[in-house]
Amino acid sequence: MLSEWISPQDMAALWLTLQLAAVTTVVLLILGTPLAWWLAHTASRFKLAVESVVALPLVLPPTVLGFYVLILLGSQGPIQALGGPALAFTFTGLVIGSVLYSLPFVVQPLQNAFASIGTGTMEAAACLRAGPWDRFLTVMMPLSRRGFLTAVTLGFAHTVGEFGVVLMIGGNIPGETQVVSIAIYDHVEAVDYQSAHVLSGLLLGLSFLMLFTLYAINGRIKMVMP
Amino acid sequence: MTVAMQFDLERGGFRLTVDTEVPGQGVTALFGRSGCGKTTLLRCVAGLEPAAKGRLVVNGETWQDRTRFIPADRRPIGYVFQEGHLFPHLSVQKNLLYGYRRIPEEQRVVQPDEAARLLGLESLLTRRVTEISGGQRQRVAIGRALLTSPRVLLMDEPLAALDAISKAEIFPYLERLHDELSIPVLYVSHAIDEVSRLADHMLLMEDGRVRAAGPLRDLITRGDLPLAHAEGAAAVIEASVIGHDDRHHLTELGFDGGTLLISREDLLQSQRVRVRIMARDVAINLTRPQDSSVLNCLPARVLDVSDDPHPGHVLVRLAVGGVTLLSRITRRSLDHLALEPGTQGYALVKSVAIT
Repeated sequence: MLSEWISPQDMAALWLTLQLAAVTTVVLLILGTPLAWWLAHTASRFKLAVESVVALPLVLPPTVLGFYVLILLGSQGPIQALGGPALAFTFTGLVIGSVLYSLPFVVQPLQNAFASIGTGTMEAAACLRAGPWDRFLTVMMPLSRRGFLTAVTLGFAHTVGEFGVVLMIGGNIPGETQVVSIAIYDHVEAVDYQSAHVLSGLLLGLSFLMLFTLYAINGRIKMVMP
Repeated sequence: MTVAMQFDLERGGFRLTVDTEVPGQGVTALFGRSGCGKTTLLRCVAGLEPAAKGRLVVNGETWQDRTRFIPADRRPIGYVFQEGHLFPHLSVQKNLLYGYRRIPEEQRVVQPDEAARLLGLESLLTRRVTEISGGQRQRVAIGRALLTSPRVLLMDEPLAALDAISKAEIFPYLERLHDELSIPVLYVSHAIDEVSRLADHMLLMEDGRVRAAGPLRDLITRGDLPLAHAEGAAAVIEASVIGHDDRHHLTELGFDGGTLLISREDLLQSQRVRVRIMARDVAINLTRPQDSSVLNCLPARVLDVSDDPHPGHVLVRLAVGGVTLLSRITRRSLDHLALEPGTQGYALVKSVAIT
């Protein structure tokens, strides 16, 4: 039934978008958690510089970010010069671009969550014989679950919504690097408003649902755990 | 049995240099003004200051030296923080059991039921820690630390964040701990009344150093230290109950220096009590007064006389049997009585507080 509304190519774009957002979110959690932890607790003089770099994607035009990533990954770029694989116009390339693009949306909520817990509670756990991993899992994670939930939702949703970065480094290869936002642009270019409507509507609904769920759950956590 | 500590830590213009030893049992107060380094020293003992260089030997076990640093989570300590630092996402019971579950079964000397009873927590177990009062929270923090069956209990001003009512509520529990625990307790405080109720031994700290260390009753009556010249200067003596005078509603206490009569207290025969005698409540007579309303008149010998902050006052230290009492009198009285070291007389004690 869905196939009456969506062409196989659009379906592929939709699927690719969700995959990209999911992989990007997982990578961001793995990289962003230690980075946010460091930012929340360090007294290093590099803190401000690192914080600014993390926040850059908030203000930089996505095309600028995409341009630099393209230079980095492209055939003349340093990665290939060092014998790395060709990553431009591949899914991996898209993930790298998206990770940079959505970095602040994951790092900032986590950093705020970690900072608000403070070191005292973790020291208390240490004095109760909990090792570093133990106290991270049993104290830090549960106490910063709002931060994690916000980070996951915003990281995922923001990656779903990206356009400029993907366009620069992924190009527009259907089934390989074409994501929904670019497919919509193509449909509008081709005056296929019908298809553009379907995809846009789906994205709108999906984004609203994610944010609605986030706020609902966060509100509940807040009530239980001030 | 001692806790031998030697630490050197520099941070932000502050330097902690400590090389001292405290008894391996009883309560030792780390006492001093805020910023003197007492909390930092406590954190060094806990292993929360990895940057501190030094040596720490607790009852024969080396926890830290030049080559070794046992991290906080592997030291057999219990730490009670000033702010409690309970886990807000866990119930009272789960907070209590957090450390208990993490030590090997054969090391669990303190059992949950016992800790809950000792601290009066039985009725709170299912409550959230965000729902209970400040005093109750601090009792949970103490119970949580005790349930790791620590070999040293470290307490960082556990009463400082509490109001007077919560303090009064928690004090009996602390005193019970003092009587029932066989492990050393390091107790950080800047409140002399707290310390004189609880501590046996004292480290007096100043500017990151130990100014003096020794039994509490000695340090608080030493004329060369600030404690004896403070507004609330007092001597603390150990006494035991001799009996009660029912007709006059009095209780008689005996100590190494004579007997003391106090308003009747609900105490058992030969029960040990600690009494506090303020310097301002002790007067001096050269002869035994015949017609005085003061009940407690003890033969005393002047040890020395030193200046007090107020130029009109002096502080006289008196030997009464085996104990030292402080007496704050006016300079005029000093001249009038011609007191000097060795003068024999009587200490008139106007008021005695059971702590």
